[in-house]
Amino acid sequence: MSTPLKFYQVGSFAVGNRLLAEGQLSEQSHPDRTNSLTSGHRACQGCGEALGARYALDAAMAATDGKIVAVNATGCLEVFSTPYPETSWRLPWLHSLFGNAAAVATGVAAALRAQGKSDIRVIAQGGDGGTVDIGFGPLSGMFERNDDVLYICYDNEAYMNTGVQRSGATPPAARTNTTHAVGTNPGASFTQGKNLPVIAMAHGIPYVATATVADLHDLEAKVKKAMTYRGARYLHILVPCPLGWGSRSEETIQLARMATECGLFPVFEAEYGEVITTKKIRRQVPVEKYLKPQKRFAHLFGTNGHPELLQAIQAIADKNITKYQLLEADAQEQDTSKESSRG
Amino acid sequence: MDKPFAITLNIGSSLANHTGSWRNERPVYVNRLPPCNDACPAGEDVQGWLYEGEAGNYEQAWRNLVRDNPLPAIMGRICYHPCQTACNRAELDEAVGINSVERFLGDEAIKQNWQFNVTAAPTGKRILIIGSGPSGLSAAYHLALKGHSVTIRESAAAPGGMMRYGIPAYRLPREILDAEISRIVNMGVVIECNTKVENAEATFGEGFDAVFLAIGAHLGKRAFIPAGDTARILDAVSVLHMTADGQPPMLGRRVVVYGGGNTALDAARTARRLGAYEAIVVYRRTQEKMPAHEVELKEALDEGIVMRWLSTVSRVDEGSVTIEKMALDEKGFPQPTGEFENLDADSVILALGQEVDLSVINGMTEVNVDDGVVEVDGFLMTGRRGLFAGGDAVPGERTATNAIGHGKHAARAINSWLQDQSFVHADRPDLASFDRLNTWYYSDAPKTVRPKLDAARRASNFSEVVQGLDAETAVFEARRCLSCGNCFGCDNCFGVCPDNAVIKIESGKYEINLDYCKGCGICANECPCGAIDMELERS
Repeated sequence: MSTPLKFYQVGSFAVGNRLLAEGQLSEQSHPDRTNSLTSGHRACQGCGEALGARYALDAAMAATDGKIVAVNATGCLEVFSTPYPETSWRLPWLHSLFGNAAAVATGVAAALRAQGKSDIRVIAQGGDGGTVDIGFGPLSGMFERNDDVLYICYDNEAYMNTGVQRSGATPPAARTNTTHAVGTNPGASFTQGKNLPVIAMAHGIPYVATATVADLHDLEAKVKKAMTYRGARYLHILVPCPLGWGSRSEETIQLARMATECGLFPVFEAEYGEVITTKKIRRQVPVEKYLKPQKRFAHLFGTNGHPELLQAIQAIADKNITKYQLLEADAQEQDTSKESSRG
Repeated sequence: MDKPFAITLNIGSSLANHTGSWRNERPVYVNRLPPCNDACPAGEDVQGWLYEGEAGNYEQAWRNLVRDNPLPAIMGRICYHPCQTACNRAELDEAVGINSVERFLGDEAIKQNWQFNVTAAPTGKRILIIGSGPSGLSAAYHLALKGHSVTIRESAAAPGGMMRYGIPAYRLPREILDAEISRIVNMGVVIECNTKVENAEATFGEGFDAVFLAIGAHLGKRAFIPAGDTARILDAVSVLHMTADGQPPMLGRRVVVYGGGNTALDAARTARRLGAYEAIVVYRRTQEKMPAHEVELKEALDEGIVMRWLSTVSRVDEGSVTIEKMALDEKGFPQPTGEFENLDADSVILALGQEVDLSVINGMTEVNVDDGVVEVDGFLMTGRRGLFAGGDAVPGERTATNAIGHGKHAARAINSWLQDQSFVHADRPDLASFDRLNTWYYSDAPKTVRPKLDAARRASNFSEVVQGLDAETAVFEARRCLSCGNCFGCDNCFGVCPDNAVIKIESGKYEINLDYCKGCGICANECPCGAIDMELERS
């Protein structure tokens, strides 16, 4: 899942290294990388989604020799990249409706098949709203028919483009414009929500994986691996949103890292419905470290805070840690002694 | 209109949209002062030469190193490495073994016969250096690099000063010392041994444009200790000097060393090697207050040296020493307790510090002496115009590394003075502190520890105690450097920008594209080594 060479200076975590040979570089460290999403797009400062989309599509372009068609659901990614007549996309790109990206992608894949163009691959992509709520029906259908499409969900945990409304992927207690921080249970309710990676696995499709913008090597490896399968594949990428989360623009990657290091966002991959690998926690942190820098959780802290909700969120993280075995027995010991101030 | 149905505008790229106008802060690449460089008394650019070492460019690493310090193989053995004490990596796991990499580079240079290249044209200026210790040699090297003609006069039979006559061979093999000195001689520096300068003022009459006093501190301090007629009392400096000359003194089977500095430990360890089966170091204060370096104490204890803390020598007789136990008062000073004890001892070595032999400046009234050392200004010049001084003969910490720093400093000051200019110190960049690092990106790795000779084997002869790194472990150790405050080419800024506003010019070289940079600050936040600052835009 990582670069083969281990540099003790930078480990395997930085984007590249001047000492690496050409073949060992990540896609993002190439001076002439694809830049599938080019400069001048209107995403906010520090947008995690813009970053995640470039990471994923550049890797897919590299894996297929540049033969990708992308279908986009409505959402931030579509709006900030293509205000008519400008486009930031440097690959064939199609947008139809909010809810039908998976269906359109299925159609594109069928058309390519009819033309005998098996080398051209199809990616559908959207935000969490277009994926877990509005586009869920077509997506489930695409999974069930095992259409040859990689669906990528960039999850920023709410409808950000329309002004931060709750989606089926909004975490418990988070403040949005439809779940205000008032009453005895402020913020989004403590329901299951829609855990789409797990729902996708339930369809038994060839490949399901989660990733974050904090681990580029892992993300690139998963996209490339996904392109080795035929059939329906699903990749769920956590992309922090400074606007909707109320976080500082420079903390985007740091927050994604904290989300996995506290256990709230397990990073794993699954084949045909079974988890095959999980990314272990390296420097475990309590959920507070992840939640506190985000204004959407501000009501949990301070004198009028809600320690009981914090506890409940920690319990979710602990459950993930157990369920996905996110701690290594030996790593656990080592990590507690070296908790970093920067995470 | 040849456009498709419902299309009225030509398709355009978002590159037309210069999002850089949104920005109120901009990222700026900076070079900060790494703590190792900051702590080095010789002013080495430690991070700078480790950077080359990381890539396995050992010759370039060595050349970067010797810009400041011409004696890396020696320093890689005897320096107390304040750089490692300051190293930021210590807060992560363990300090980088800078000293061992320095030694590896120094040894590699000797093996490969790398030489110094003097490219400056001869200036015709003649400079005399009195003393060939670390500060004298360092000054000679830096002056020769500038094209000056340098002569060193040395009173002893061989050059090196305290490196030859104070530091035992088991810490610094003589062939290493000779190799690094001969490289300086190869630059055209003349070293006249067995030539004691009696009067510094007289040398100006010989046509020297400037004189650098690097005479060290070679006189062992004396203390009045009541002693019987046949008591055998020596001073540590002489013992070490005689041993270095191949004429070691007779010390007997049981030796007591009085003092708590590095010289005391060197004397005790030398005594063991000269055949004493018992070497006891008597020191009037506690281990915490001991001036000797921790490493040396540890190595001494490993070799079976016995420490008697809180004790003074009150009387010496033939075959025995009377010591008095001390107790620390509330201010931390040792006070006598009136409790005495006898130790068997064939001889007593006094290691109570060294003094400067100031006879060379006798009669020079404009040269001030304070507390036994020569007073100098911020440019290491004495009260006599053209007479500079450095090393142990002037105030400051008495270490070889400090002396090398003095030599470099004096050489630059002399060079400026010869051109009627005043030497200007370069500005020191802000410190690259630990809190500026993003340590997530550094993975954990233990330090490569230099293998040590078996203590028992080591104590019986003068062979070198600490062995060096090989090429493979040296590169490993160099790569543990965090490159604090200076870009090391990890591509993080280039990779993490959501706006593709960082341009990678080549490996390890980047530029911000201000047309598109929105000033989000992710690059600065994710820079492992803190080499990017966010600066407010002023419109």
